[in-house]
Amino acid sequence: MRNIRIIALREISGYFTTPLAFVFIVIFLALTGAFAFYVGGFFERGQADLRAFFEFHPWLFLFLVPAIAMRLWAEERKTGTIELLLTLPVSTTEAVLGKFLAAWGFTGVALVLTFPMWITVNVLGTPDNGVIATSYLGSFFMAGAFLAIGACISALTKNQVIAFIVASAVCFLFTMSGLEMVLNFFRGWAPEVLIDAIASMSFLIHFDSVTKGVIDLKDAVYFVSLIAFWLFANVTVVELKKAG
Amino acid sequence: MIRLRELTKKFGSLTAVDGISLSVGRGEVLGFLGPNGAGKSTTMKMVSGFLAPTSGSANVCGHDVVEEPVKVKSRIGYLPERGPSYGDMTPQSFLNFIAAIRGFDGNEKARRVAQTVERLALGEVLGQTIDTLSKGFKSRVGLAQAILHDPEVLMLDEPTDGLDPNQKHHVRNLIREMARDKAIIVSTHILEEVEAVCTRVIIIARGRLLTDDTPEELLARSRHHNAVLVTMDASAVEPVQKEIAALNSVEGVDILDGLEDRARLRVMPKHGRPIVIEISGLIRAKNLPVRELHVEKGSLDEVFRDITRASEGMGEGDA
Ligand SMILES: Nc1ncnc2c1ncn2[C@@H]1O[C@H](COP(=O)(O)OP(=O)(O)O)[C@@H](O)[C@H]1O
Ligand SMILES: [Mg+2]
Repeated sequence: MRNIRIIALREISGYFTTPLAFVFIVIFLALTGAFAFYVGGFFERGQADLRAFFEFHPWLFLFLVPAIAMRLWAEERKTGTIELLLTLPVSTTEAVLGKFLAAWGFTGVALVLTFPMWITVNVLGTPDNGVIATSYLGSFFMAGAFLAIGACISALTKNQVIAFIVASAVCFLFTMSGLEMVLNFFRGWAPEVLIDAIASMSFLIHFDSVTKGVIDLKDAVYFVSLIAFWLFANVTVVELKKAG
Repeated sequence: MIRLRELTKKFGSLTAVDGISLSVGRGEVLGFLGPNGAGKSTTMKMVSGFLAPTSGSANVCGHDVVEEPVKVKSRIGYLPERGPSYGDMTPQSFLNFIAAIRGFDGNEKARRVAQTVERLALGEVLGQTIDTLSKGFKSRVGLAQAILHDPEVLMLDEPTDGLDPNQKHHVRNLIREMARDKAIIVSTHILEEVEAVCTRVIIIARGRLLTDDTPEELLARSRHHNAVLVTMDASAVEPVQKEIAALNSVEGVDILDGLEDRARLRVMPKHGRPIVIEISGLIRAKNLPVRELHVEKGSLDEVFRDITRASEGMGEGDA
């Protein structure tokens, strides 16, 4: 635990000594706001809730989260500091968790900073704050899943641009697989089990049910196991790279 | 404290390290020599746990690096090639991080960091980001990171690479100071460094261990080891050459380029034995007009070239 904390703190301090954190948070706030107000029709809906706000999170995360994740390992490989990190007395799992938690905590901070939305909606009406809380939680876990994917892919390369593009693409697949459009493509010929399996892998479907205020065990298990799986893959990739 | 057994690393079809066995004990400073691409860094990366060996084993203080990597890593101080450190941190925050991850807390942590900062004279740049430091400071930050926890085993991959002569001198002194109670491996291709700090030298080329000697033994292999340079007036060359060449212990006498009216001879001994006493005796007995005698120690450069070239010949024969 101690080592994980130390690695996470070092990683986080790196965000704040460069403009990275600032740029990310500003863009995140600007985009979530813009989408909610202009595309989602936050006011026009005439409803006191934050659906218009949360609806766009998967699509924003699609490129914002890989932008955070891309540097986690690729940068260390590029600058050679990975040799330092992996020869310190920490296990690979500790290093992977420390880095992941730092990035996840950071996206958590970005999410918390959207609180003016919550205040606005409470001033304008009487929203169901329970639904908003579960939506925030859902969004946070979805970001975690995107991050775990991005971190694992970042460990495969020393090129951050490649890490970004591949991670975005993989996240895109995980998001898209729940759209009717995609599922219809399979409906004609694939067995029902497969379609259900594809749909059940989708961020959208699970996130959607969470933003309706229902915390289903299924959704929780989905996000947690997705994160666990990709972090495990991340550890494996780092270990395999040692074999050269 | 370090024991390598048949340590081997293959990258695809390339064998970067080829069955190296050796051990290093407390108090030894092992110079790890070899041309570029010989496999020095790869060997160190395996011992430090950064790369997994293809076969063979590395054992540090009784722990196998593959089976108990964290135990090994906590006993080693390792300076990777080019001394990478987190460029956007300051030396202060970087060393605090290293101290924390090495298990120090509170006062002890502060004390270790302060002590290391003083040892490497990093005081004036503590608050500057590492990216903006000069090469000399950067490399000392890397070294600081390696010695902060006073490790039993120290591995330095080209620690003086890119330093100016004063900085090199400083680092060498530091290594010598620490040598007493540690096992140290220093890789380098600077031969003067070996004479300056090492108690033992190994030479590898193409991943294979070629020699394992003390620097003195290695010098003795030099063709010029114990050769004597004789300086005299140009007019006296022939008789002197004849007299000296007649000595039993002399292998041969070469005439070197002289300066203006001076001439120089190089007297090569048989089997590298010392002959200067005999020559000076002869000079006195025959009253030869010699002005100066100088005994050559030989040069590591030459030995290094001879040994590594010979192995290249072998390598081509294999292929
Ligand atoms: N990660 C790697 N992948 C493939 N080849 C490598 C890798 N690292 C080193 N090599 C090769 O292994 C050989 C030994 O390299 P190295 O240990 O760095 O030599 P040295 O440190 O003695 O200069 C070189 O031919 C180098 O190109
Ligand atoms: Mg090297």
